[in-house]
Amino acid sequence: MSSEFSRQELLIFTISKLLAGVRHVAVGASSPIPGAGALLARAQSPKRMFVTVLGSTRQNFMTNGGVELFDMAAQGRVDAFFLGGGQLDGQANINLIGAGGEYPQTAVRWPGAFGSAYLYYLVPRVILFREEHTRRVMVPKVDFVAAPGPRDDGVYRPGGPIGLLTNLCWFSFDKTARRFRLESVHPGRTVEEVRDNTGFDFECPDGVPETASPDPATLALVRSRIAREIGETYPRFVKQVFPEAA
Amino acid sequence: MTTQDWLHSSADSLAALIPDGAMIAVPADYSGIAMELTRAMIRRGVRDLHVVGVPITGLQGEMLIGAGCVKTVETSGVTLGEYGSAGRFLDALRNGRIRIKDATCPAIHAALQAGQKDIPFIPLRGIIGSDLLANRPDWKVVDNPFAPSGTEDRIVLLPAIRPDVAVFHAPYADLDGNVFIGRRRELVTIAQAAKTTVVTVEEVREDLDLMASEETAAGALPALYVGGVAVAPRGAWPLNLWDEYKVDEAHLKYYSELARSAEGFQRYLGEFVHARKAAE
Repeated sequence: MSSEFSRQELLIFTISKLLAGVRHVAVGASSPIPGAGALLARAQSPKRMFVTVLGSTRQNFMTNGGVELFDMAAQGRVDAFFLGGGQLDGQANINLIGAGGEYPQTAVRWPGAFGSAYLYYLVPRVILFREEHTRRVMVPKVDFVAAPGPRDDGVYRPGGPIGLLTNLCWFSFDKTARRFRLESVHPGRTVEEVRDNTGFDFECPDGVPETASPDPATLALVRSRIAREIGETYPRFVKQVFPEAA
Repeated sequence: MTTQDWLHSSADSLAALIPDGAMIAVPADYSGIAMELTRAMIRRGVRDLHVVGVPITGLQGEMLIGAGCVKTVETSGVTLGEYGSAGRFLDALRNGRIRIKDATCPAIHAALQAGQKDIPFIPLRGIIGSDLLANRPDWKVVDNPFAPSGTEDRIVLLPAIRPDVAVFHAPYADLDGNVFIGRRRELVTIAQAAKTTVVTVEEVREDLDLMASEETAAGALPALYVGGVAVAPRGAWPLNLWDEYKVDEAHLKYYSELARSAEGFQRYLGEFVHARKAAE
């Protein structure tokens, strides 16, 4: 079963389903899989859907410079966005700055916070996306909070995470309980594997279902049109994952 | 024929307009990076720069840091993207040779917008609860004075950024030194926020007046903001210039390998900066 599609194809398909009903999804830097997922959602959307892929010329309709995405987000014109991090914790705090040692001379340093400390508060459907699912990444408490998870602090926060997608599974996030819940485990993976590789506590119901697999028509679409569209921005990704489309 | 006192003979001549200690604003890699001018700045040996990445910086900031030109970097990210780690940035940060002012993208944009208006600060949503705030004593949290009475609404105030010099590369300038920036409006923002702007271009089009039609004027940075222009063919190399030419992937891979060590980086400077090896 899992031999019929790749790890990346499952993630692209899962993302497209998480974007159902969205009018405008934006995709940030270094995000080929979320970008492809967004383009797939648009291709299958019954209604007109807007996709902004940062770094793309064709999949980007903004005309007011780098600030426009953030202005749109503040006004509720960006319905969904993706964030990741070098570390994520059980309260959905994310760390894109560094780990170990003392800031700013952390033992490990990542590129920076980018737009996270703003978009996380304002975009209603933030999908946390991090392929690597290990205890190195999924930690009890992040070393540096680049962007805080939802909390009861009176701060203006119409947005926040709906969940976390990894190579192993999909967790939803309960903003009130401030807790992840294991919703599905990818084909070939197990709940035990998720538990063993997660450094934080999460809600784990009995009988966690398997993440839905893409149908053949969707796979054909991903491998042709979607691969072509995302290839404009991520040619190296497409060469690697969809060599036939490249 | 109008006076072309704005037109410099080379990127090296333009580099002389950027003094030691200057705060320079530079765009993200997708907007057009003045890499030949960056090499000229390194050749000149500029020191103590405060580099503002708008909203992030890549190879340009990384090379200026590696060459010892930078005292402070203010940015929402330093990254070479798909081409590996910014080795010289990481090394300088680890060893305390640079000061970092970590930001978030919209904070850089908003602070520059305050700079455009020359107002002292601007409010921005988000940020509260992020450790960025704890490490940015220049950012303040206040109560929204316009919130309905009885409601609490804390909001961050950011001081304006007014760079000394905005620096970028564009496809062309016209006969009067107006610069074509297309829809890259962040280039207008940095130019208007900064005290002056230096630009390298692929060419100066003597046959063109960008202000002569609505279509072309809409994509122009007026010469009023521009302190100097120099022609630098393939001046963004090894980066891309918009869709005009592509990233030199092999070169960036070569750079990121060499930049892992100080010695490797010195060798790179010898080969491609001090030797003035031309693009291609």
